[in-house]
Amino acid sequence: MLGLNKKDTLLFWIVAALALLAPFILNPFPEGSSLAQMFNAGYPDLMQRFVIFGILVIGFNILFGLTGYLSFGHAAFLGIGSYSAVWMFKLVGMNVIPAILLAMIVSGVFALLIGYISLRRSGIYFSILTLAIAQMCYNLAYSVLGNPSSNFNLTNGETGLQLSLDDARILGESVTAEGALPVTNFFGLAMRSSYQMDVGGWLFTFNAGYYLSAIIMLVSFYVSIRIFRSPFGLMLRAVKSNQQRMNYTGLNTRPYILAAFVISGIYAGLAGGLLSSMDPLAGAERMHWTASGEIVIMAILGGVGTLIGPVLGAGFNEYFKNILSKINDNVLHDWLGFLPDGFENLLVGFLHYFVGKGWHLTLGIMFMLVIIFLPGGLVQGGQRIARLFRRKKNSDETQQTPAE
Amino acid sequence: MGILEVKNVGKRFGGLQALNNVNLSVAENTCHAIIGPNGAGKSTLLNCFVGKLIPDTGSVMFDGQSVLGRTPYEINQMGISRVFQTPEIFADLSVMENMMIPVFAKRDGSFRMHALEGMMGEKDIVEKAEAMLEDMGLANKREMQASSMSRGDKRRLEIAMCLSQEPRLLLLDEPTAGMARADTNNTIDLLKQIKEERDITIAIIEHDMHVVFSLADRITVLAQGTPLVEDSPENIKGHPKVREAYLGEAA
Amino acid sequence: MDAIILQILNGLDKGSAYALIALGLTLIFGTLGVVNFAHGALFMIGAFCAVTLNKLLSLSYMVEDPTRTDFLGKPLQVATPYVHGWFGEATGEALIDWSVPLAILFSIPVMIAVGFIMERGLIKHFYKRPHADQILVTFGLAIVLQELIKSFYGANPIPTPAPEVFRGSFDFGVMLGFDPNAIIYPYWRMVYFAFSALIIGAVFAFLRFTTFGMVVRAGMADRETVGLLGINIDKRFTIMFGLAAAVAGVAGVMYAPINSPNYHMGMDFLVLSFVVVVVGGMGSLPGAVLAGFMLGILEAFASMNQVKAIIPGIDQIIIYLIAIIIILTRPRGLMGKKGVMEE
Repeated sequence: MLGLNKKDTLLFWIVAALALLAPFILNPFPEGSSLAQMFNAGYPDLMQRFVIFGILVIGFNILFGLTGYLSFGHAAFLGIGSYSAVWMFKLVGMNVIPAILLAMIVSGVFALLIGYISLRRSGIYFSILTLAIAQMCYNLAYSVLGNPSSNFNLTNGETGLQLSLDDARILGESVTAEGALPVTNFFGLAMRSSYQMDVGGWLFTFNAGYYLSAIIMLVSFYVSIRIFRSPFGLMLRAVKSNQQRMNYTGLNTRPYILAAFVISGIYAGLAGGLLSSMDPLAGAERMHWTASGEIVIMAILGGVGTLIGPVLGAGFNEYFKNILSKINDNVLHDWLGFLPDGFENLLVGFLHYFVGKGWHLTLGIMFMLVIIFLPGGLVQGGQRIARLFRRKKNSDETQQTPAE
Repeated sequence: MGILEVKNVGKRFGGLQALNNVNLSVAENTCHAIIGPNGAGKSTLLNCFVGKLIPDTGSVMFDGQSVLGRTPYEINQMGISRVFQTPEIFADLSVMENMMIPVFAKRDGSFRMHALEGMMGEKDIVEKAEAMLEDMGLANKREMQASSMSRGDKRRLEIAMCLSQEPRLLLLDEPTAGMARADTNNTIDLLKQIKEERDITIAIIEHDMHVVFSLADRITVLAQGTPLVEDSPENIKGHPKVREAYLGEAA
Repeated sequence: MDAIILQILNGLDKGSAYALIALGLTLIFGTLGVVNFAHGALFMIGAFCAVTLNKLLSLSYMVEDPTRTDFLGKPLQVATPYVHGWFGEATGEALIDWSVPLAILFSIPVMIAVGFIMERGLIKHFYKRPHADQILVTFGLAIVLQELIKSFYGANPIPTPAPEVFRGSFDFGVMLGFDPNAIIYPYWRMVYFAFSALIIGAVFAFLRFTTFGMVVRAGMADRETVGLLGINIDKRFTIMFGLAAAVAGVAGVMYAPINSPNYHMGMDFLVLSFVVVVVGGMGSLPGAVLAGFMLGILEAFASMNQVKAIIPGIDQIIIYLIAIIIILTRPRGLMGKKGVMEE
């Protein structure tokens, strides 16, 4: 279908089904139950994050997964996309499509510039250069270009760039009739509008913003499959495998890598634009290098260089971050109540460091374990388990053969 | 006038004069071997042909054009392909993918952004790559990952990749180094076949005299960065200077 | 003139910290070929060694002071550090006062142990893995170390004062013959600079004049050849890692009075130290030191009000800008050697 082979088509439909049915899948527990509070994730803002970070990591994977060039500054493009989109809302109109397009264009231009400089060197140098340049962008956004008292206030510094009641829009009004800020919309359909469905004890929320993001994510996913399977994708994999042979085969590697860098920058800008479209607020912290690190973590968790990995990694990371940060000492006491008191307190005291505000630690440890033991991430883990079952099945069959 | 003309090439690394006033002419459609003891500067010389090193003095002309100052990919586009001492292939890719890359490079040049086209739509590329694999007896390994092949097959694939670009000059850097006898003989046969069937010039660096004397039309002996003699294989065999250079190495 | 000298002095302390961290990064990179993203965490652990020692020495028990009473008229409960009880009040107080310099002694074995455990336990297994994996696993380790420190010490900076005699500032300008109050410089920053110079000198002397150092230098130049000589290079490299950890650690200890230690200080310094290494030239020890001081001083100049009036915010980005210019004009950095980390 659409130029994909059978396997890829199946994969695409699985992802499409997961994305479109997410409001059901992520709300397996009835509303109001204690399990729902902990494990349900079918809330519009969380679901939006799943797919938007999915887009971000899909793009990152085109660079890192295919060429092996590890960019440690990808969050810069996310931030640049966010700021561009908010400016579009402030100056032009509240429709998200022009905002997203501008986000993609601006981040693409920045990616071209940053990529050109960073790709003067390869390997470790490249990682360090992207890191440094992105950190410079962060400093620019955080303080230099964000001084509220100066005439040239692009980013509004620490507070972050947001809409205000005196924005003079070319299309549309500055203030709604009710005196509130206008909302972002897709040709009139407000991004924050939701339809709620009450079935038995369950409550499912279908949010316009989520569905727009999900559809854009599916398009991004489709494009990434096409890139993976194209001659261009082949060249990128060749760069990762053996640059020396590339050069001695008459191929100039730098434009290939730069193209991959720009594409992944545009993906990141798209993700940033979408984030702003869901909530028109752009802050510098989105560009901090720890945010870049998180992109890398998501890619690794899912499985670098695979098609489905980035989607899995982004979902997994966001979901566990959400759950872990919700668990506090009271919840732990609830869960471990069956243990003897002293032991319970000891265990809660120990686990305290890994949940709630300490979720960073858990994710850090998980990340290290994945790199050490499972460099291929969740996808590799899945493959290993599948192989284990297959082998077991095979050995069962061979044992049965003599009996027949 | 040969297809490759090397004039007065010199290269210094710190205190070591690796190449000193090297003159060499490789005639078109011949096999020219460069032999010499370890450290004679053979690999350094080869690296000067392909853009990896730039000599301090002298000139290297390929088909009337200087190669100096050009990058390896530009030199490859001029028609020089190189086979490495340890096979340089795309180890993570399948044999067929390995084969397609040089074919793409031949057709599309050093860069082309064909990001959304399907691979199998490129009929001419697929056909040409398949034909080449067939030619080289690798057709049955088409879907294999290149890293899982035997050393001999990797060498065969590397040569196939180079040949698919229809180079005018094929450089071989000790193509049988570290190979078992049977693999070495296979490689010799393959190279002989290539020599007979194609209009191609071969320059080979080799240690193994068996390989050299089975293939070469002309031999240059290099010692301490300087050519000692250049002659036909028959004359080289009995040449006193050559014996001296090699016995010197043995002692 | 005095303004220039003042800015050079202002740049020295940050420059020293950059130079010390970059020196360790370069040592590890040159010997083990690993880019250690956890190196900033070592600097931070060093700083927290100072915090820990300060806290340990200040551990107190309650005693009743019969001479004073609280508002209920009962004898006042006074916290008395144990060290007062053990060594007498004067010595005890001096111990607490000098906890930061003392923490150097405390930190060296701690840091060497941390370094050994890191190298033997984790990084050793990554020598044969791709560079990206090495970066990622050390990055993961950096997160874990930073979060561990955060969960034990909290997220707020912990003020850790220098010894009484080094608090405050002195008039450096008068010594050079300028007007009084032209160059006021804090004592501790001077101490920090002198200390860093000493450590840098010691590391260079160690590499230059000991057999151990010669082997390490040879290994940095060409690892394979040295391996062929039958010298157990791996063991020496492990020791080298411990040494680099100790250098980062003591740099952190002494930095504690300048900037109150917090859990993310390591990461903050790390990014800049990478820039320093790139500017200095990957694998070049003198380059790392030179670039460290150069960038520290340039940063100080960029934060002058006169400069900021012309280009607002230049102090925030000057280091990165210089790095970009250097990379575009001298891709190998100021003192980088050919062939280090190239394709």
